[in-house]
Amino acid sequence: MKIMICPLNGPRNISEFTYGGEFKPMPDPVNCSDAEWADYVFNTDNLAGVVREWWMHTPSSYWFLVERHTVTDEIQRTFDPREVFNTRVDFNTAKEIAG
Amino acid sequence: MPFNLLKYGLSSEYPVEVDLPPPKELKSSYDVVIIGAGGHGLATAYYLAKYHGISNIAVLEKSYLGGGNTARNTAVIRSNYLTSEGVRFYAESVKMFQALSNEFDFNIMYSERGQLTLAHTDATVRSFRQRAEVNKHFGGRTEMIDRQQIRELVPSLNLDPGHLPVLAGLWHIDGATARHDAVAWGYAKQAAKRGVEIHQLTEVQDLIIENGAITAVKTNRGTIRCGCAVQAIAGHSSLLMAKAGIRSPIQTFPLQAMVTQPFKPFLDPLVSSSALHCYVQQTSRGEVVFGGGSDPYPLFNTRSTLDLKESLLAHAIEMFPFLANAKLMRQWAGITDMTPDYSPIMGLSPVKNYYLDAGWGTWGFKATPICGKTMAELVASGGKVPELIKPFGLERFSTFQQVNEMGATAASH
Repeated sequence: MKIMICPLNGPRNISEFTYGGEFKPMPDPVNCSDAEWADYVFNTDNLAGVVREWWMHTPSSYWFLVERHTVTDEIQRTFDPREVFNTRVDFNTAKEIAG
Repeated sequence: MPFNLLKYGLSSEYPVEVDLPPPKELKSSYDVVIIGAGGHGLATAYYLAKYHGISNIAVLEKSYLGGGNTARNTAVIRSNYLTSEGVRFYAESVKMFQALSNEFDFNIMYSERGQLTLAHTDATVRSFRQRAEVNKHFGGRTEMIDRQQIRELVPSLNLDPGHLPVLAGLWHIDGATARHDAVAWGYAKQAAKRGVEIHQLTEVQDLIIENGAITAVKTNRGTIRCGCAVQAIAGHSSLLMAKAGIRSPIQTFPLQAMVTQPFKPFLDPLVSSSALHCYVQQTSRGEVVFGGGSDPYPLFNTRSTLDLKESLLAHAIEMFPFLANAKLMRQWAGITDMTPDYSPIMGLSPVKNYYLDAGWGTWGFKATPICGKTMAELVASGGKVPELIKPFGLERFSTFQQVNEMGATAASH
């Protein structure tokens, strides 16, 4: 079976993982337009080449990022999302939910 | 036809019929350029020539005629979907399929065997009731049947597979199969007869767009100007759309299938189970075809994987235990363009005179005739979207008006 290296749990069978979609920055849900939000929710780049995407190690519910070639199916790199999310992201939504 | 047979029988020479004229040089300009010579593209060309008198058409194919997903699907024809938009559309397609052999004077081996979908949970039984009613409403023949009736229809089926006993079935009498290659060939032959040019080994490399309208396509055999263009390429739709600067919600997944050695006829209907992620049918040659759900993650590659094959076969054997000893002859994969709501993307695009026929996921083959007919109407009218395909426009994803087609093969998994 194909092996994927989980940044938390090490090499595991690909069947232990769940694909979570393309990695794309989320627009501010409160201030963005409907069109921007629809584009974020539905549209994908769907590239034939190296893509960056979310995966989850299902038994441990651990989410991480993967760089994978979508033509050759080679997994080039797997890494913890901390590498990308290194600063705090504040949306105005937080206030709305609290209020 | 019968008189022809008599005539040839008495003559010493059998007239050689030319199916497709030999390849020609590309002209510098066409009224309509259709990208992709699969079932959909060829059907669009055929109906444009037949009903709308437009025959200055080039159908461009990067590989060979009908060699993409037209040749890779499992040739299921049915209309027992869930949404009224979907059922209306596919029911029309089934009707057209029934008349296709006569229309082509070429046997597409259309065989109306009925399609049986199995329910293993109460939730599925409820959704089947709804599908049966929607289907009946739009003139299809679909009914709910119980275990006894299933046993009579398919005696070789195991009604108690493991932890998932069969509760009921959705019996779709209109369900059918046909020879998928023949559908493409029939359309190609009849379109060519009416003056449509089919250019194989002609790959569209770029789309030339001026002032928001398509004016030409750049191919490996030179650039050709066009009045309008239709893209009908399954499997790589989003890549071509990206060349036109169109964002799409399509994600591309492989779907794996396989076929066994031939057996004596034992299975008349097409049988599928959503809970077991498997559909099974016996071809007219006696081979048993298995198809399953899409792969678990996107890929532009027709490679096969052992784990998916293993799980598909395990489920197939639960349904038909005697197949455990069957030898597999071939296995393959097709590339499916999945949309978030399991409905196609048809109609206008943000680029003027550039029409879309994309997002055909696992439901493309069964829509071939109606798709060709409606796309031809769209092209001939210069962009007036026919009623039947209005719900399938690309803009539905920005106006939040999706057509949630949970009756699709991949969706029910």
